[in-house]
Amino acid sequence: MDLFEQLFQYTLSGLSTGAIYSLIGLGFAIIYNSTSIINFAQGEFVMLGGMLTLFFHVSLGLALPFSIVLAIVAATAVGALFEHLAINPLKDAEPIILVIITIGGSILIRGVAMLLWGKDTHALPMFSGNEPIIFMGAAMMPQNLWIFGITLIIITANRVFFHHSISGKAMRACSFNRIASRLVGINVNRMVLFSFGISSAIGAAAGIIIAPLTMTSYDIGIMLGLKGFCAAIIGGMSVGMGTVAGGLIVGILESLGAGLISSGYKDAIAFIILLVILFIRPQGLFGRGEAERV
Amino acid sequence: MKFLEGSLKREMFKFFVFAAAVFTAPVFFRGGYIVNVLVFVGVYTILSVALNLLLGLAGQISLGQAAFFGLGAYISGVLTAAYGVNPWLAMAIAVIVVGMISFVLGFPILRLRGHYLAMATLGMGIIVYIVFNETIDITGGPSGLSGIPNLSIFGIIFNSDIKNYYLVWFFTSVTILLSVNLSASRVGRALRAIHDSEVAARILGVNVRLLKVQIFTISGIFSALAGSLYAHTVQFISPTSFGFNVSIELLTMVIIGGLGSIYGSFLGAAILTLLPELFRTFQDYDIIVYGIVLIVMTMFMPGGLVRGIPFLARALFSKVKHGLSSERRV
Repeated sequence: MDLFEQLFQYTLSGLSTGAIYSLIGLGFAIIYNSTSIINFAQGEFVMLGGMLTLFFHVSLGLALPFSIVLAIVAATAVGALFEHLAINPLKDAEPIILVIITIGGSILIRGVAMLLWGKDTHALPMFSGNEPIIFMGAAMMPQNLWIFGITLIIITANRVFFHHSISGKAMRACSFNRIASRLVGINVNRMVLFSFGISSAIGAAAGIIIAPLTMTSYDIGIMLGLKGFCAAIIGGMSVGMGTVAGGLIVGILESLGAGLISSGYKDAIAFIILLVILFIRPQGLFGRGEAERV
Repeated sequence: MKFLEGSLKREMFKFFVFAAAVFTAPVFFRGGYIVNVLVFVGVYTILSVALNLLLGLAGQISLGQAAFFGLGAYISGVLTAAYGVNPWLAMAIAVIVVGMISFVLGFPILRLRGHYLAMATLGMGIIVYIVFNETIDITGGPSGLSGIPNLSIFGIIFNSDIKNYYLVWFFTSVTILLSVNLSASRVGRALRAIHDSEVAARILGVNVRLLKVQIFTISGIFSALAGSLYAHTVQFISPTSFGFNVSIELLTMVIIGGLGSIYGSFLGAAILTLLPELFRTFQDYDIIVYGIVLIVMTMFMPGGLVRGIPFLARALFSKVKHGLSSERRV
């Protein structure tokens, strides 16, 4: 394999993990935009997606598509419940308190998952076929195509929802100005609940489509969540193409770094990017600076 | 001024009671396993006091506290085990180096606030953890670093639980004394001002940026001290002692004790270190307990146990009194 083919292979696998980071990043951004909260539990919904599908499919023996739908519904319910029980009562608390609450939620969800399903690593079956496809000299599983396809669908649906539906527009209004939104009759509380539900669903979907490739276990949520956050930071916390691009950048750099430098430091790459961006351009690569409100 | 002097005197009195209790405690336990556990309570008290100075006093969150703890432990451990440096000198080097690292890192990192600061410190902690695991030539990687010598002074080698107890708790008491003083000083008031409103503090002439970096540095130095003590008392270190979970554990200790309460941090450290020892069956599941504690405490007892218990007692007492008086009325 010459260097070009190698680079192409790394880029291709980077793109599919990057797509996952993009989805997780979108989840962060959706909640951040409607509440100014960074939900530290975001990664746990990714874990829940994979683990719940596994539970429904393997333990209960349901068909895979049905298990996937059930898993997404269940993860969404957990997200909404979390918002209702822990976030909603404390919405106006200072950021530190909210950080601590969402961290508490995150380790609680992780702990319960460990209690229910143990510490083993599991693989979800591929959605279709185990034969790699050779594309321009690079090998690729059919699952990668599923990942690209589903990511594209979710991003498009997201865009349509936020720009062309009443609820989506109302949620965007809340992110601009909560009080004004309330004054024009938007139920802000319900929009916050929606945002938690939607981002849990997207996170769970991301966890499901990646699970056949990378395996899943109760503790994958931390790393995936943080990398998704990294994507959202690069994208300036936008619910749109900025975050998607951020995810792809992280995915590709990580894959290239693992292949060309050292696989042991693979996870460090995303965090170094995260710190550099936070230090140099906290508004993100694509975001605009915003004057601080006191 | 009169009032302040009075409050400082009260703080000194409290500290002497605390120090006396620490000094005499092993007499009641007559050595044994509990003294060994109390050594760890001492180490974690230093760590949670360090985090509390940053989080409770100055209002700056850090989810990467374990990184400084680990750096202190590894610098001390590697210098003594691999290069034969005198343990005290190694401890001094660890503290100074980590102090410098946190000072330099403090400037960019503390420009961030709230959620962003939390994420950045979390990222920092994970990077350091990965480095501990991957630099196998130096740290021994995941299998750990052994053969770290004990500290010794005037021919006394700190190689038993009871000796380590006095060693660790000497430093813990000094840390608490310094922190109580800091908290009651002009600097402490300036930090509380930053906690409440950075803009207002700046308007009042507080050098917000420098002060935040300084408290971050002090916090790093205390954590490194705890790390070095840990390395020399346990004599074996591995990356898992300094991972993300440890940072969360420290955060839980501070929250249990109460934000800004120095003795509360001791209480939090004691509870979280002693409880798993009492309930061996918890083992892996203590993480669930941390999650519940974090949520419940921040929601229902944001002042922590130190302020929460007297408050509850008073509420309960007044209810009883109220009940009595209403009865009398009937």
